[in-house]
Amino acid sequence: MQPLIYLDYNATTPVDPRVLEAMLPYFKEKFGNAASRNHRFGWEAEEAVEKARAQVAAVLGASAKEIVWTSGATESNNIAVKGAARMYREKGRHIITQVTEHKAVLDPCKYLEQEGFRVTYLPVNRNGRIDLEQLRAAMTDDTILVSIMYANNEIGTLQPIAEIGKLCKERGVLFHTDATQAFGKVPIDVEAMGIDLLSLSAHKIYGPKGVGALYVRRKNPRVRCEPVLHGGGHERGMRSGTLNTPGIVGLGAAAEIAAAEMDSEGRRIAGLRDRLWNGLTEKLDEIYRNGDPEHCVPGTLNVSFAYVEGESLMMGFENIAVSSGSACTSASLEPSYVLRALGVGEELAHSSIRFSLGRFTTSEEIEQTIKQVTAAVQRLRDMSPLYEMAKEGIDLKTVDWSRH
Amino acid sequence: MAYSDKVLDHYNHPRNIGTLDKNNPRVGTGIVGAPECGDVMKLQIQVDENDRIVDAKFKTFGCGSAIASSSLATEWVKGKTLDEALQIKNTAIVQELALPPVKIHCSVLAEDAIRAAIADLKKKKAAQQPG
Ligand SMILES: Cc1ncc(COP(=O)(O)O)c(C=O)c1O
Repeated sequence: MQPLIYLDYNATTPVDPRVLEAMLPYFKEKFGNAASRNHRFGWEAEEAVEKARAQVAAVLGASAKEIVWTSGATESNNIAVKGAARMYREKGRHIITQVTEHKAVLDPCKYLEQEGFRVTYLPVNRNGRIDLEQLRAAMTDDTILVSIMYANNEIGTLQPIAEIGKLCKERGVLFHTDATQAFGKVPIDVEAMGIDLLSLSAHKIYGPKGVGALYVRRKNPRVRCEPVLHGGGHERGMRSGTLNTPGIVGLGAAAEIAAAEMDSEGRRIAGLRDRLWNGLTEKLDEIYRNGDPEHCVPGTLNVSFAYVEGESLMMGFENIAVSSGSACTSASLEPSYVLRALGVGEELAHSSIRFSLGRFTTSEEIEQTIKQVTAAVQRLRDMSPLYEMAKEGIDLKTVDWSRH
Repeated sequence: MAYSDKVLDHYNHPRNIGTLDKNNPRVGTGIVGAPECGDVMKLQIQVDENDRIVDAKFKTFGCGSAIASSSLATEWVKGKTLDEALQIKNTAIVQELALPPVKIHCSVLAEDAIRAAIADLKKKKAAQQPG
């Protein structure tokens, strides 16, 4: 048995032992409800929750009062997109987003279309970035919200957030960014970047699953969102429900560690990522990097291996955990819509693997991955009719395939 | 999703990978599927003078179940007459490999590949018939 190697940090991360340590008391002796105002148990929980609020706010350059706790980025995105649209529907009915957003933004937008909102889905370029001129041109007097993610989960591409924020300010349009894959990995400053709403999640930064936050600007302008969950009026009425104290403590601790180690960890992980790419390109021809090599989070490497299908490739290194954009690995039986939006051909989308590296990735693991992936690609190319045809000089685009 | 032991076995030890000379009059070649759909199978058969299949080879671009389906198909056609080979049904492949519902199309493709190879062989023969 080969040792297991985890290279799927964009899907989720293990909880950092330091984070777990911080959380444990809040499962045990400090179990109080942060909303209990008249005894020590409640005060203890409230104090912990407020400390975490300050920890998360500090990473964003925000004030603690602007942080709303949620169950994760899916919920944060829902509150931001649906909540802001509904709150400001008298001002306008137009929303702008882009095609490679996570489903947790796209699906709320689709839902709002049924409620009478109009949504513009901006295209992206070959590297996955939007065009600022297209954004500017899409804005109308009816536009109330722009929602553009900071970093993409499949390809790691970073959007020009500060420039987008500036455009939104000029037009008086609210700006939401899904920063789930960027938070704790690249610097964020909600003031300098003109961000009004920002979603983040603990389990992508070595915190626990099922907890996240939404940053909601309180000044210039004061932003309000209609709640998605109605109830006891917690979190300034924006998100009712008893707070998940251990989870929130974990998110606060994880955020603080991520910010403190961002520079050194980012450099180390980017180095490993570059080594992985270079190691693969040294040994294999016709492999393509999807995304933006310059504007990218440190740990993400998305590669298409021409002539081999992604799922069968993953079977070739079962001890290495990665993701694929192949249709065979998705519930929809469609290849990755993100890669398709970049203009990656369907056959290359089927051939894609996402390697996402993180805090506990070692250079031995990367060397092992290069070795095993190379061997698997070579073996599958030897049994690929497409590789054989390409080597015979047949242009695969001119073949009349029997579609099924 | 976990793979059945038989799919894993064919994936790890594919039978009859390779290429026969497609210009040989006794060789039939079937290529089915499309790269955009994520699977392409090439299946070749070679017959003796009595139209009995004496050799079969395949190459497949596709998921593990597609590779296993075509590998199994080459095993099953060997030794059969063309008519017997035409009797091979995708449902038998599904059963043998314990394919889940989402992978049934792989077995369909393998059946199509057998049919396409036989059709190619028959076309070649018809073209050779004098007069
Ligand atoms: C960009 C992005 N947005 C949103 C989510 C959803 O986050 P959560 O799992 O916290 O709901 C994810 C994670 O899958 C993500 O990568």
